[in-house]
Amino acid sequence: MSQKTGVYIDTGYGIGEALDIDALSKVATKEFKAALCRADSYWTSPDKLAIIRNDIANEGLTAVLLAGPSSRVFQQELSFEGVITERVNLREHVVWCHPANDEDTQMLAEDYMRMSLTKIGKYEDRPAFLEPKEKGILVIGGGYTGLTAALEAADAGYQVYLVEKESQLGGWATKFSKVFTGKPPYDQIVDSPVSKKIEAVLSHKNIKVFLGKRVYSIGGAPGMFDVVIRPDGAWNENLVKTQNEWLAAKKAKEGKGEEPEAAKTSEEAAVPAEVFVDEVDFEHEDVSVGAVVLAAGWRPEEPSGMEHLGYGKYADVITSLQLEELALNGKIKRPSDGREVKTIAFLECIGDDVQHPWLYSSAVGCLVALKQAHYLRKSNPDGRAYIFYDNMRAPGQYEKFYRAMQDDPGVFLSKGIPVSVSNGSSSLSLEVKDTLLGEKLKVSVDLIVLSTGMIPATKDAAIVNLKYRQGPFLPENPNGFNDSHFICFPYETQRTGIYTAGCVRGPMDFLSCETDATGAALKAIQCAELVSQGKAVHPRAGDESFPQIFTQRCTQCKRCTEECPFGAYDEKPDGTPMPNPSRCRRCAICMGSCPERIISFRDHSVDMIGSMVKAIDVPDEYAEKPRVVCFICENDAFPAIDMAGINRLQYSSYIRFIPLRCLGNINMVWIADSLSKGIDGIMLIGCKYGDDYQCHFVKGSELAEYRMGKISETLQRLVLESERIRVHQLAIDEYDQIPKLVDDFMETLSGFDPNPYKGF
Amino acid sequence: MAGEKTVLVVGGGISGITAAVEAAEAGCKVILVEKQPYLGGRVARMNKYFPKLCPPTCGLEINFKRIRKNPDITVYTLANVESVSGSSGAYTATIKINPRYVEDHAATSKCVDDCPADISNEFNYGMDKCKAVRLPYEMAFPMSLVADAEALRAVNGSELGAFMDSCESRGIRIDLHAQPETFKVDVSSVIWATGWVPYDATKLDKLGFGKFANVITNVMMERLANVGGPTAGHIVRPSDGKKVNNLAFVQCAGSRDENHLPYCSSICCLASLKQATYLRDYNPEAQAHIFYIDLRAYGRFEYFFDRVRNDEKILLTKGKIVNIFEDPVTKDVIVEGEDIMSGEKIRRAFDMVVLATGMQPTTSIDKIPTAGVEYDEFGFLVSDQGIHAAGVTKRPMDVGTCLQDATGAALKALQDTLGR
Repeated sequence: MSQKTGVYIDTGYGIGEALDIDALSKVATKEFKAALCRADSYWTSPDKLAIIRNDIANEGLTAVLLAGPSSRVFQQELSFEGVITERVNLREHVVWCHPANDEDTQMLAEDYMRMSLTKIGKYEDRPAFLEPKEKGILVIGGGYTGLTAALEAADAGYQVYLVEKESQLGGWATKFSKVFTGKPPYDQIVDSPVSKKIEAVLSHKNIKVFLGKRVYSIGGAPGMFDVVIRPDGAWNENLVKTQNEWLAAKKAKEGKGEEPEAAKTSEEAAVPAEVFVDEVDFEHEDVSVGAVVLAAGWRPEEPSGMEHLGYGKYADVITSLQLEELALNGKIKRPSDGREVKTIAFLECIGDDVQHPWLYSSAVGCLVALKQAHYLRKSNPDGRAYIFYDNMRAPGQYEKFYRAMQDDPGVFLSKGIPVSVSNGSSSLSLEVKDTLLGEKLKVSVDLIVLSTGMIPATKDAAIVNLKYRQGPFLPENPNGFNDSHFICFPYETQRTGIYTAGCVRGPMDFLSCETDATGAALKAIQCAELVSQGKAVHPRAGDESFPQIFTQRCTQCKRCTEECPFGAYDEKPDGTPMPNPSRCRRCAICMGSCPERIISFRDHSVDMIGSMVKAIDVPDEYAEKPRVVCFICENDAFPAIDMAGINRLQYSSYIRFIPLRCLGNINMVWIADSLSKGIDGIMLIGCKYGDDYQCHFVKGSELAEYRMGKISETLQRLVLESERIRVHQLAIDEYDQIPKLVDDFMETLSGFDPNPYKGF
Repeated sequence: MAGEKTVLVVGGGISGITAAVEAAEAGCKVILVEKQPYLGGRVARMNKYFPKLCPPTCGLEINFKRIRKNPDITVYTLANVESVSGSSGAYTATIKINPRYVEDHAATSKCVDDCPADISNEFNYGMDKCKAVRLPYEMAFPMSLVADAEALRAVNGSELGAFMDSCESRGIRIDLHAQPETFKVDVSSVIWATGWVPYDATKLDKLGFGKFANVITNVMMERLANVGGPTAGHIVRPSDGKKVNNLAFVQCAGSRDENHLPYCSSICCLASLKQATYLRDYNPEAQAHIFYIDLRAYGRFEYFFDRVRNDEKILLTKGKIVNIFEDPVTKDVIVEGEDIMSGEKIRRAFDMVVLATGMQPTTSIDKIPTAGVEYDEFGFLVSDQGIHAAGVTKRPMDVGTCLQDATGAALKALQDTLGR
């Protein structure tokens, strides 16, 4: 689409002194026939902005190109309603890191001008995706977390559907004798706060509760999820079995295959039809919602490897959960003979050599032991509790609770590793080593309590039962939970519009569950609101562009459906992809994956980037001016390059950076475009990947590396050295390495002849 | 822009930023007030996050981008909230904005190299000096210079005049007569996220901070390891610049201590484990020794603890350090205490010692300027009615938990805007 573009060159910041502004203007006006080009200093000052607004009104500009400081600054000042705004980074990427009044610096600036003007010419006018309309929230799980999420969302005016598999609400919270709340005065334990929540949920006008029911399936997309709710029954077991078998087969395949998950091209990844037979002759209810909160909670881990501690052998060696049951009955009595318990040993850790059987309880295990010691001391003033731990974990203000228990003469606390349990005459004999009292200690106790591990419900089943091409499960992170950025963006999962909360994402106390549930409810509301306006959610919140596919040219290779980290694509019966725009996070990884180059956004397309590459003015081979195109991640590498500029780090001016939405956005054809244009080398800079990935789209940079592994074969066929392409992982704070990365690459290229395709 | 559906967020650290963007992306208008000249608070000054060992600026940059793009968020830096009145759904707050004293289009530290006045660099916890006209740090948001007017006023007239003229010619206008601005805003909801300060280590008189050059705190260690820090990321001793080969971490420096912070700060164990990896990455020959009471790696951080303790050059001793001395000749630091397991005395010399000081809630020092707010005995905000707390204003938390909490606070604020 042709645009009427106004170009504004900022001569401030040292730009005017470093560059030939007239020559730069001519690129805009002569080469690209821009409607107007003005050069002046500090365009972001109010009087200068007024000039731009005047031009827009009087000249009918449809696009504004500001050549000056980085797009990371003055973003709000330089946005004009209804007008395309592009930026040329003359400041951080040109004059601050390259010599002033230098031929190569000038050529760099002019190339960036050409590339940006080319980009503007490739914008298309397409409306936002406005189909999603539903704003109701589905909450899965009626325990403390689910109840809180439901109430908080309902209190904000949203319709909530709460699905609980049991016949009553409350979950584990109803099964605990007392709880610690994390609220002042911190050293008390109180009755479970759950009953009040249950009452509030049951009487709330915005909440519809489904008891004894499960989510049978979720289809659709954010703002338009179709949820089928079905009474619990044998069907669930069958469904879980089928789904888990499918997942196991998929994992086994990935485990032995050389190709990463994303590169599979087969149909095995598709969910088998039997998982969701479209049977309608069962009792069910349908609801439509905008977003989902998964608060399915946890189940106790069955202790294993505890034989030496008598678990399973002696009736009086029990788990902390079993103790709650005993405590609910008042006086704590021994399971073996019903005798009232006088002494209990609580074992929190069982030694360094064991692979954390208690991992899942380590956030709360110590506190539970302290609480249960309190039960004993309350129910039997002569009672004595021993707590053996490796590290006593009572974080924050819970320290006060720990101290209160330390002050209780009936509670003995020590570091210690349990060695063995044997049957004494009337009690159990426990041997503990490495205690504070010395090497070995023997105590006789009535009851031994093992800390209960908490296994997230998602370990056993998909629960959300998504009718997605990529399967019914929420993808797991390397720690086995479903969140995808648990430090910086803890609510993100790889399924847009579905947020996890509470113990399904790690062991938590009540207080943490409550705050977590409230946050998840906000994210669900936010998602429903944003998609109803045609906007993306995090991390490109507000983006109205979405992928469009020119299906006629699709070869059904399925790469887009498989590589999307968010499962945005389903499949039509003919094998072509079916986009679900409101599931999309706009990373454009699909655009990079498509060998037919038929996926595009209104402001971002294969043609657009390819044309930008082609707009570079490549000197002939005798000029001895090599050219490098460097595709960079706009989220981390781009700011890092800005930092290099701010620090005035100098590097070769033969390089041209092209920011992408994610390095996984890289399309192989751009490599071919670059090489056929005579570009001598190509660099890719993306985020760190692996278990501790930093990619905001989870696996974009990893995919880019994988794709480049394939291109080296192509290069060899073209009789071009494979070293002409280099992929780097760079964290945002590693800007100091940029000069070396660039200059090392230039050094490598200097060992090769110029690209022989120059001038073709 | 104030008025209906507006949320006031006080504190521009990671909790406040999160509360602000989450509320704004859910449809609220937001005013974000930060007292420093930049957003990011404590995390902006950290080198890496545990357990992923990734740079905080990565997530901050995304959040800054969310703010830059969102016209519904107004940010005031160098600003304080002086009073809040009213109740949920209808508050009036008085905001005071202190002058930056500099109006610039340049936004780069390099522009002020010729500034004639140096000041202590508070961003680096005073470990080095910076110019009185400066960009607070490289990735600062807003990316604008700030001037220390007092330091500039101390420069003699002609030298200052020449500097100001030279700035003017580069598009940097310094105005030492700029005045603070005070105004009122009407908002529906208030989120308080003023975070924490590191516990003042000079109060731990037996641990030698402030007396011995090679005793530093954990927050200083973050800067020492950072490429933007006082040593450009070189982990060297403050006394003589010697590469640190043998480093001790003293846990619970002030925390879990009736005379100082009686609660556990929750994150210091993990922070020291993380900082031990800084040293090991920087200097593969070096050894780190952590002295702790309980190693509190909770929940899934246990995986991180496992990973770190498998490094044979990271030693862990269950023991409480009670005294720290300095060898007056070598400036080595000698720690003394008791090995809890063996009962034996600890007495060992190190190149440098890091005190793992805890988090003290800012509200224990600067109370919320309004009536009817309840705090616990440690100064953390208790009340969950009225003004909402987010992050460490409530209790000690790691970053991820702060974000969960701040996102929840955004929903509480959204509820307030409905005028229930």
